[in-house]
Order: sequence, then structure tokens, then C-alpha cells
Amino acid sequence: MFAFLIRRIIQAALVMLVVASIAFLMFRFLGDPISNLLPEDATVQDRAEMREKMGLNDPVLVQYGRFIVDAAQGDFGQSYRNNRPVSDLLAERFPATAELVLVAASLALALGIPLGIYTALNPRGWLSQGLQVVSLLGISVPTFVTGILLILVFSVTLGWLPSFGRGTVVDLGWWTTGFLTTSGLKALILPAIMLALFQMTLIMRLVRAEMLEVLRADYIKFAKARGIPSRMLHFKYALKNTLIPVMTIFGLQLGGLIAFAIITETVFQWPGMGFLFIQAVNFTDVPVMAAYLVLVSFIFVVINTLVDLLYNVADPRLRAERTPARGV
Amino acid sequence: MTPRNFLFTATSALAIACAGGAQAETFRLGTNGDLYGLDPHSMTDSFTVSFLNHVYEALVRYDADLKIEPALATSWEQIDETTVRYTLREGIKFHDGQDFSAEDVVASVKRAAHEDSPIRGNIAGLVDAKMVDEMTVDLMLDGPNPLLNNFLTNVLIFDSGWLEEHDALDPIDAQKGEEGYTTSNANGTGPFRFESRTPDAQTVLTVNESWWDEPQHNLTRIELNPINSDATRVAAMLSGELDMIFPSPLQDAKRIESTDGMHVLEAPGLRAIMMGINMSDKSNNPNQDGNPLQKVEVRQALVHAISYDLLRDKIMRGKSRNLGGLVAPQVPGFDEGVDAIPAYDLEKAKQMLADAGYPEGFSLNMNCPNDRYVNDAAICQALAAMFARVGVKADLTAETKAIHFERARANETDMFMLGWATLPMLDGYSVLSAMLHTPGGQMGTWNPGGYSNAEVDRLTQAVATELDAEKRHEMMVEAFRIADEEVAWLPLHAQPLSWAARDAVKIPQTADDKPRLWLARIE
Repeated sequence: MFAFLIRRIIQAALVMLVVASIAFLMFRFLGDPISNLLPEDATVQDRAEMREKMGLNDPVLVQYGRFIVDAAQGDFGQSYRNNRPVSDLLAERFPATAELVLVAASLALALGIPLGIYTALNPRGWLSQGLQVVSLLGISVPTFVTGILLILVFSVTLGWLPSFGRGTVVDLGWWTTGFLTTSGLKALILPAIMLALFQMTLIMRLVRAEMLEVLRADYIKFAKARGIPSRMLHFKYALKNTLIPVMTIFGLQLGGLIAFAIITETVFQWPGMGFLFIQAVNFTDVPVMAAYLVLVSFIFVVINTLVDLLYNVADPRLRAERTPARGV
Repeated sequence: MTPRNFLFTATSALAIACAGGAQAETFRLGTNGDLYGLDPHSMTDSFTVSFLNHVYEALVRYDADLKIEPALATSWEQIDETTVRYTLREGIKFHDGQDFSAEDVVASVKRAAHEDSPIRGNIAGLVDAKMVDEMTVDLMLDGPNPLLNNFLTNVLIFDSGWLEEHDALDPIDAQKGEEGYTTSNANGTGPFRFESRTPDAQTVLTVNESWWDEPQHNLTRIELNPINSDATRVAAMLSGELDMIFPSPLQDAKRIESTDGMHVLEAPGLRAIMMGINMSDKSNNPNQDGNPLQKVEVRQALVHAISYDLLRDKIMRGKSRNLGGLVAPQVPGFDEGVDAIPAYDLEKAKQMLADAGYPEGFSLNMNCPNDRYVNDAAICQALAAMFARVGVKADLTAETKAIHFERARANETDMFMLGWATLPMLDGYSVLSAMLHTPGGQMGTWNPGGYSNAEVDRLTQAVATELDAEKRHEMMVEAFRIADEEVAWLPLHAQPLSWAARDAVKIPQTADDKPRLWLARIE
């Protein structure tokens, strides 16, 4: 296990170094930050001085080296647009994204798994057929369209829920939460649904397919022949084996949720990290963009490592197979 | 809490609630972007500075008709060619209770003009600021400057004691990697006090009861809600979560108008949209030898090939104002004669091209932003199609503003779109100095195409220091007339302003696209 962890950490470090390089090189083609920082009629000399001051005249490799050295110490520099340290900005925005992703993920799991089981156990029921059709829509309609539709129905027409923002948030000092106020909870509903919809339909379809597969397996047939009650059969023996691949996919998708939150946050003016990133792109705010990409790749790596570890825990066969190999 | 105590608390709470209910008017504004921060000296974003103008004030300000009126200064006089003396208004207090005095003006002006200040271009030519007495300040310039007051509308005044206390006398240094105190705190003299701010979510101001001026507004609170997505901003307006949105997308005007209790405010603004022209010896289009655009006749032919009315009616939905000159009617230097638009005449255009030696037309590169001006990319597509009718093949590239302007500046194109509102100067000199004067030094910073005319240069330099308003105007008109004849730039239209508000909201729509909420009422 320890060797496994060490190996993963080295891999993670490499992945992040690569991401940082790609990010850094990519941003050089996004345009000139100076044009956003100075007035339109700034003189050539003003521009040159500003470039020099910001270190944009140094060779690319020097700039990159400076970026990596600082980033390794957790210093991502100062945002051009906000005049504030990037790490402060990200820390301030993280709770908004985290809460949104948490609610969306719970929603996706809490609805996706039972619905998947239901459709697997009653494959020919009209409700299952209906759910299958709806889930196809959920997978194929772009998320921003569902977001706008939700706003149109629940905010503009019915006037039940707010169309933008996070509502009133409670500041706990190190975390701002929308869970403690009514307006905060109301504001969470539409963005969470928008973000969860794709994941939920994906999980539902995955659970259904896996479960149908498992139910056809020999051990289920034997158990059935032995007279084990179907309730126990389905939920104890079949479900467990169904959930292993679902867990892997969901782990991967959790990173995806954080990344996809960019779209949800843009549609709902949700003041999270994704929104910060989009604004940074519009402003050519390179320090913010680079830090965001590094952070998201870090989250991806951490989640995937955790999933691999859980996989080991959940499936005894993996442990058994690996044990003799370790001695070699 | 004893019962009696409770009763007292409850009744007073009720009293406060009732009093608030009778007068509390919260103005909920939705905008397409957030403030960059709370320090008006740290950025040149015109929306940010205009919103901060509710908290901070300047020596002078524009009224609803964009005429200069006294604000923190009551009067001013030109002492000699390079010194202007400002008399300050008595009895003004900052929001934290400190008295306003000459010391604050000197500290603020010096802060804005500091060599690290990104807005120092707004008071170019300032040599020194001196306190004469408690309520009098002298500003020393490097030469006569007829536009000093125009610039000063944008130099907002801080309390020097407050700046000193928080170590903020120098402007924020972007390289220090620290947050400046003034980025998230504010203390001005304006009609509203800063209350709270969550970036990209909400900024709240409350009324300043002890404002020096007679309030025209009846607001007690302003909530600024940035909503970047056009669709969401309109939806929030329609659902009644906002009192006003700005800008309101052109394509949604009908939808808002057809909703009960809401209307759209539209007017052509100050920003002139125009095409810059490459006048160097070489075309940037690989299929074109030489540079046909160097010939005046070719440029004049292109003007005849543009249907201004079609652009206005189809692309701008009838909301823009066609411009024959380079400035909008509200801007000093505007002239009706210059503004006249040559007739749309394809035959004439073709004939002129043939006479100039291009009977088969020619090729050029055209570059446009797609995220900067109203319908920017669509305008360029229409232009390219119009040019095609006279045989001029325009290879169009539409891209994000950060890249577009960089390319335009480097003269890597033959024709590029630029919008110019002349702000904060609000004067034709802004166009003359930045876009028409031969490039070099402080001049021609936005003349990458390299237009050059000795007479225009001479007039521009004279306008810079001419204090006589009439003479100045004549010189500007003359320079614009020459530029118009030679088609130095291709002017298109004044971009429309579009705001949307509840019917209960009364607000003057100012052509500079800066909502002044201290002139707004909710009825």
C-alpha cells in the first residue's frame, strides 16, 4: 500500500508539472494582459513600462521557471484584474464550488442509483421505459440549455426560485456557506439540478446496465435456486457487485463535476472557482488561469488516487492478486 | 430579557421596521460584469470608476447632459497659463467623519499621478499640486490644458488621513503580491456609503444622509448584482429580482418591452464604431501586391460601397446612429458638415476603383473583435459582404478582444474595428491625438495604420493648448474635415446604449453609458 501511494504521488507531481507547462504555454496565445490593464489611449511608453514592471519582457523560460518555483511554494502571484493574491481569491471561491458540487453529486447518487436499480429490476414496466427516454434527454441536451430552461420555468414563469447568485451566505471565517439560510438553500436548487442532471442520468443508465449484467451471472442463478429471498439477492449480492464499476466512474465524474461547474456557474452567476476562471480568461488574467488549472488537476489526481484505494478495499480479489506480486 | 424589556425592544424594532418600510427604496442594479475593486485609482475600467463615483467624488462632475458642474470644488480660475486654482466646498465630511480639505485633494491628485498609478494618463501633464490654504488648491501643469476639468471628473478624492492610516498613500503595486487596503474598503464623500462586497456576487451601498448636495434621488440602498450571462440577466429582470439592468441585450428588447411594468431605455451613445485602415506600403493580405488602401480614391470608393442604413436597420436593429465623422454629436468637435454621409452608390464605387487602377478589385485582411462592441462580428461580416459587391475581397477574422487589439496595434491587418467613446476626456482632442496624429511619442497611440497629414498634426498640437473654446472648436472641425476627406478612418455609427428598467424607476439615460443613481428615483 505504501509503495502504491509513493508511486501515485510521484505520478501526480509529474501530471501537475505537465499541466502547469501546458497551461503556461497556452496562455501565451490568449492575448496581451496589458491591453486590459491600461486605458485604451495609453502611450507606447506606458505600455512598455508596464510590461517591464510585470516581468512580461523576460524570456519565456525565465517566466516559466519563476512561475513553477513560486507555485511550488503555494504562491500563484497577484491577479491582474482583482489586484489581490490569487491564492486568496481561490480560497474565497472554493466553498461556493464545493457546496454546489457536493449537492449535485449527492443528488445524482441519491436519485441515480435507486432509479437504475428500479429500471433494472422492472425492465419492461412503463415507468422504466419512460425513465429511459427521459434519461436519454438528460444525457443529450447541453447543460446550459437545461439551465436556461430551468430559469425560464422556475424563476421567470413561476417566480419560485432565484435566477442568479448564491443568496445570503453565512461566513464562518474559513468557509462561507449557503446551507444555513433559506435564500441560500433556494439559490442552490436550480444550479444543483442543472449540474446533477447529466451525472444522474449517467449513473442511472450505468447502474441499470451493470445490474442487468450481474443478474444474469451464475452465482445469482445459483442463489436463486437455493431459495434466497429476492430482496436479499438483489440488494445484498447483486448490488454490491454492480456498484464497483459505478464507483470508479463516479470518482472520475466527480472531478468532471468540478470542471463542468464552470458552465453552471456562468449561467447562474455562481461566485465559485469556475466563474473566476471564465472571468480570468476574458481578462487574460494569466496567474488566475494557471492557478485554477493546477488546482483542478490536483483535485482530479487526489480523487482518482482515493478511488483506486477504495477499489482495493471494496474488491478483495484485487488485494489477493497483488499480494504475491509484491514479493518479486 | 425581562418582559418589560422585551416589550420595549419589540416596539422599537417595529417602529424601525415601519419607518424603513415607508421610505426604504432599494435599487437593485444588474450589470454585465463586476467592479474590479474598490480603489478608483487602481484601474481604468470605466464602469468600475463610474460606480465608485457614488462613493467617491471628484472636484468637478458631469451633469445628466454631460456638462461640467462643480462638485467638491465650488469654483476655479486660471491663474496663469499653467496654473489653475480650485476653491473647495466648505463643510464636507468623509463617510468616516473626517473633514474634507485641501490636504485630501493634494494627496489624492498626487496618488493618481504617481508613477505606479495605472490612471496617471488621466492627468497627464500634471507637474505638482499645492495647498494654498485649508480650502484652496493650485494644480500646476506642464502647459496650458483646456481639458483639465474633463480629466478631473475621473480623479476621485480620498481622505488623506485615512490613506495614511492604512498605508495606502501610494497606489496599489500590482507586483507586491499583497492586497491593498483600498481594494476592499472605501471612504469617500459621495451620496452613498460603501457597506459590503462579495466579488462577483454583490456590492451594497447605503445612502449617506449627510451628503453635501441636495439629493435628487429617493434611494436608501443600492445593490449591485453582476450577472455576466446575458440570458440570465434578462431572466432576472423579467422575474422581478432587479430594478434595472445595464446593458440590456439588443435582441431581448422586444421581450422586455412586452412585459408589463418594464421598459427599455435606448439612445445612441458616445462610442463611435469605426474601421482603422492600414496605410503602409504593404498589404497584409498574402494575395495582394502593394497596398491599394494607400490611395485616397480607393478609400473614398469603399465609403460609397457601404450601405449605412442597411447596417443600422438590419444589424443594429435601428438603434444606432450613422456617423459620417469620427465623433458622436455630444462630443465637442462634432460638425454637421463632416457628419454627412456620402451616398451609397455601387456603380460610382466600382468606377472609382477602376480609375484608381483596380478594375478587378483587390484583397485585404479585415479583423474584428467578437466580444467587445455591440454586434461587432456581425457588422464586419456585413461590411465584407458589401465590399464584395464592388470586387473587394475582405478576408475576415473575428476573435477575442485581447488578441484583436494586440493585432490591430501591431498593424498586422489592413482594416480593423475600433470603438472610441473619447472618455474620460469627452472631447474631440481624444480622437485627434490618439488616432489621427502621426504616431510618435505621446501622440498617435491608436494610429497603427500610420495615417499622417502635416496639417492635421499642426491643428492637433494647437488644439492641445488652446484655451479659447471657440477657436479650439474651429480647429478641431477643420482637422476632422481633412481626415474625413482623406478617409483616414472609416466611421460607421454611434453604438446604441441599451438599459432596461421597471416602470417605477426614473433615471436619466446619459450618453456616456454610466448610470448615475444619485439622479434616480423609485416611485
